Amino acid sequence: MDAPVLKSNKKRGALMEVLFRLKKSPLAMFGFFFIIFLAFTAIFADVLAPHPYQRQNLSHAFETPSKQFLLGTDEFGRDILSRLIYGARVSLQVGFIAVGIALFAGGMLGAAAGYYGGWADNAIMRVMDVMLSIPQTLLAIAIAAALGPGLFNLMIAVGISAVPNYARIVRGSVLSLREMEFIEAARAVGSSDLRIITKHIIPNSMAPIIVQSTLGVASAILNAAGLSFIGLGIQPPYPEWGAMLSGGRQYIRDYPHLTLYPGLAIMLTILALNFLGDGLRDALDPKLKR
Amino acid sequence: MIRYIVRRILFLIPVLAGVAFCVFTLLYLTPGDPAKMVLGEMATERAIQEFREREGLDKPFLMQFANYVYKAVTRGDIGRSYVTKRPVMDEILAAFPATLKLAAFAIVIAIIIGLPCGILSAIKQYSIFDTAAMIFAMIGLSMPVFWLGLLLILLFSVHLRWLPPSGFDTFQAMILPSLALSAQSISMITRMTRSSMLEVIRADYIRTARSKGQKESVVIWRHALHNALIPVVTLCGLQFGQLLSGAILTESIFAIPGVGRLMVDSIKARDYPVVQGGVLFVAVAFSLVNLLVDLLYAYIDPRIKAQYK
Repeated sequence: MDAPVLKSNKKRGALMEVLFRLKKSPLAMFGFFFIIFLAFTAIFADVLAPHPYQRQNLSHAFETPSKQFLLGTDEFGRDILSRLIYGARVSLQVGFIAVGIALFAGGMLGAAAGYYGGWADNAIMRVMDVMLSIPQTLLAIAIAAALGPGLFNLMIAVGISAVPNYARIVRGSVLSLREMEFIEAARAVGSSDLRIITKHIIPNSMAPIIVQSTLGVASAILNAAGLSFIGLGIQPPYPEWGAMLSGGRQYIRDYPHLTLYPGLAIMLTILALNFLGDGLRDALDPKLKR
Repeated sequence: MIRYIVRRILFLIPVLAGVAFCVFTLLYLTPGDPAKMVLGEMATERAIQEFREREGLDKPFLMQFANYVYKAVTRGDIGRSYVTKRPVMDEILAAFPATLKLAAFAIVIAIIIGLPCGILSAIKQYSIFDTAAMIFAMIGLSMPVFWLGLLLILLFSVHLRWLPPSGFDTFQAMILPSLALSAQSISMITRMTRSSMLEVIRADYIRTARSKGQKESVVIWRHALHNALIPVVTLCGLQFGQLLSGAILTESIFAIPGVGRLMVDSIKARDYPVVQGGVLFVAVAFSLVNLLVDLLYAYIDPRIKAQYK
């Protein structure tokens, strides 16, 4: 770490410091603002959407973009833009809640494994090894097939399949922190295990967790869209980007706009999250600083 | 070295048992009565009862699991399809060559494109090529494989009419699906090669090689690349497993009769034994590929060999 960084550390709070460093990367800033824009769209979907997402109008089916329907209409004459806007709600919900589930379960398991070590560590990590030996998309498919379709089941399937990633990261940082002197000091003054984990270890291992979570939201959204695409996620008529793509697929020869826009929405969202995650990794890790 | 190999193979057994347990539990939890699914809704109460006894479905959960493992290990029997009534293993084995071919094509493309791009990016760090390669790699990572597949069909089959939109019999037909499937792996390999090369290039022994007057090309190819490739080899193995599962979406877009297509069709038909059988099969294949990569890793990385001397 060089001197100017240390100095600026004192002046700003931790959050501002990260934002300050993030500002140096235009791609990360694009990602940051795109996600904020998307969250805004998702929250105010009811106000922003020009048409109700489920309203069918067969006399307007397969229309190309026009003033009335900015991105055209689908096979039932539903407004694609409105469906994309509501779809943002689904995708962000799935992404964030799935990662929340994975982070909570994986974090607890990883922290317990790393902190207690010994047989607890062994038992937990062997189970994680088993889960890791099934590719993540496939595990999500298996769980979703067992649970059946639906928004909630989709979140659980995608969330559980990502648990080992977080368990590993949290365990790794807990292992390296456990031997630090300030943890020993906390133990010496009589702090309980729970207090040491929640007050000292977790805050100090936030950086890799934040990065992994940001990238994790991206892969959760991608996985969820994939599951919906093969008919395991959200059922029609509710607009989900992957399901919209799947629905428009058979008309790709004559009406490619049915598949172009939902795909573009997925890609831009994932791209933004990946840029943001990469930017955060650089911003949070002083060693990687150029 | 032998000890390492034996250890690694023995370690595979509990992992595979765990995978089988996960898959079996998920199948057990799946809604729907297997007896009714096989015999049809019109089956008599007695026929259902007999079927349950014959198949051991009336036994407790753990007994059923033991039976499942026993049958899988001794006879390769992992259940029967609800729809075709054929053994799941037969269905999967019939479909697997297509998936393997697709994944193999994709990994070859990914290595051919990803490796040179990564090396060049690292050597010419911060150049226009580096920036462009990194942005393209990020786009490749963010592209849903099913959307990329559709875009490729739209461009090369519908508009340009260069390549067929489906099938896998001819070389031409394989190009689009393998390209779509490999996009993510190309990006991963490019990024990994680049960062691994960048790390190695700054190492002391590279400085030593340069200071003794070694030619730059020898420094890069012999000293740097040899060491930088070690993590990339692991990644390629992991990617191959990802490709096997990524093939699920690709196959359904390009109408390739592989394991993925079989699974998707089975999901739509609620033919769960085939779905979970496919998961088990791919997970086992994935574990075996990783085993091979680990053994290869030990072969190319003298540090691991030294540990087990």
